[in-house]
Amino acid sequence: MPDTQLTINGETVTVPSGTIVAAALAIANTYTTRRSIHGQPRGPLCGMGICYECRVTINDQPHRLSCQTICESGMKVLTI
Amino acid sequence: MKQLTFDILIVGAGPAGLAAAASASQSGLQIGLVDDNPTAGGQIWRGGIQRSRTQQAADWFERTNRPEITRLHQTRVIASPKTGALLAEKPNETLLLRFEQLILATGARERFLPFPGWTLPGVMGAGGLQALVKGGLPIKGKRVIVAGSGPLLLAVASYLRSKGALIRLIAEQAPLSKLAGFALQLPRNTAHLKQASSLGWNLLGVPYKTGCWITKAEGRDRLETVTIRRGHRSWREQCDYLACAYGLVPNIELASSLGCRLKEGAVEVNEWQQTSLANVYCAGESTGIGGLDKSLLEGQIAGFAAAGLFVKARTCFPAREQAHRFAETLGRSFILQDKLKTLPTAETLICRCEDVRYQDLLLYPNWRSAKLQTRCGMGPCQGRICGSATEFLYGWTQDSIRPPVITARLASLAQEL
Repeated sequence: MPDTQLTINGETVTVPSGTIVAAALAIANTYTTRRSIHGQPRGPLCGMGICYECRVTINDQPHRLSCQTICESGMKVLTI
Repeated sequence: MKQLTFDILIVGAGPAGLAAAASASQSGLQIGLVDDNPTAGGQIWRGGIQRSRTQQAADWFERTNRPEITRLHQTRVIASPKTGALLAEKPNETLLLRFEQLILATGARERFLPFPGWTLPGVMGAGGLQALVKGGLPIKGKRVIVAGSGPLLLAVASYLRSKGALIRLIAEQAPLSKLAGFALQLPRNTAHLKQASSLGWNLLGVPYKTGCWITKAEGRDRLETVTIRRGHRSWREQCDYLACAYGLVPNIELASSLGCRLKEGAVEVNEWQQTSLANVYCAGESTGIGGLDKSLLEGQIAGFAAAGLFVKARTCFPAREQAHRFAETLGRSFILQDKLKTLPTAETLICRCEDVRYQDLLLYPNWRSAKLQTRCGMGPCQGRICGSATEFLYGWTQDSIRPPVITARLASLAQEL
């Protein structure tokens, strides 16, 4: 299976094709996707597009759900 | 805005939605099958990077591989702007989906009960962690504790173990006395017996403790340790992931916003899976939690009935009756213990979107006043996580759902004005 290369907070990461962004974050040892309104670290909770805790910025588009987005070549992912 | 027109529109491409599509398509009508995930299959048949499928799943995917069926993935329904149409959002465009008949197969989500530390990264749902592992999250050699309630805990633990996870413990809140009833019911239903025993093999040697739950999760920036309680005994255990969920809750938001009548937290349907609205059907977990067999049977009945194939629909009635009986047994076995209401402390966050604490909510008599005064349930998830928690903790029932049913882009809504 061909690999996909993307960047997470500027670092290049290579993941197996078909990997979802939330899993790519774990591969890159990035466990915090966002900060809560009082600054607490948060990561994915529901894994199925319900809780919105896993939201990240993808290709300059904010609030994308990393659990429901498949990695694409050249994708730029930013966590908060 | 792009517009698409179907005879039958199905929302949700899990087992119920797939079964509905396959059945309805036998009539030759044009069918739209919408799902917010990148691929079909729902949670249970989520293919993931390895695309491993059971024979049963492969058969149903094959049956929906027909020219009459148009698949729309990564498409989230956000509102019903007019009769016979739904507004939906893809990552880069907005769609208006017109239909004659609508079948809702929106499935279920996990119920989360708040406890100190449940907001730490590394604390996830049981199905939630499984979904991410299917999506490529590395779990080999990771220490995992699976906790909460329901048969899903066993399925998840078994799956994670097969991927190399070190399952330290499965903590089931229900007491053994309730589960004994569940076990005795199993021989009446061979499909489930086989499933249970094959799971048993994969879990050989894994501790399964009943009447047991997690009281605390700790760690600096992510989960490091959990505290476990069983009776009067309490102990700590290190782990990398906690997969914790207290059963499932039907996804009723879209049905509710359309005006479908609800009953006991699920969508009310008649024998044809028809809701209180004549052209809207509902099938699967959204009519009540019952598992795969119930979803497939209700999906077939809804699909046949919506397409006018009533004789074929009727052939599924006896099997659906059996699936409903199994569901009732499940529900009784895994009733949540009242003691779990004492899990949160005053400082524990109940609403994760708006950081609302347990003590902040004690001041209010109901969900509506709590929402207005504290913003509980008014963040991006729109109460989907804290709503089922406050229902259990405070006995609050939720208001009717107003559009948009999910957080939507302003541009998508503006196109409707």
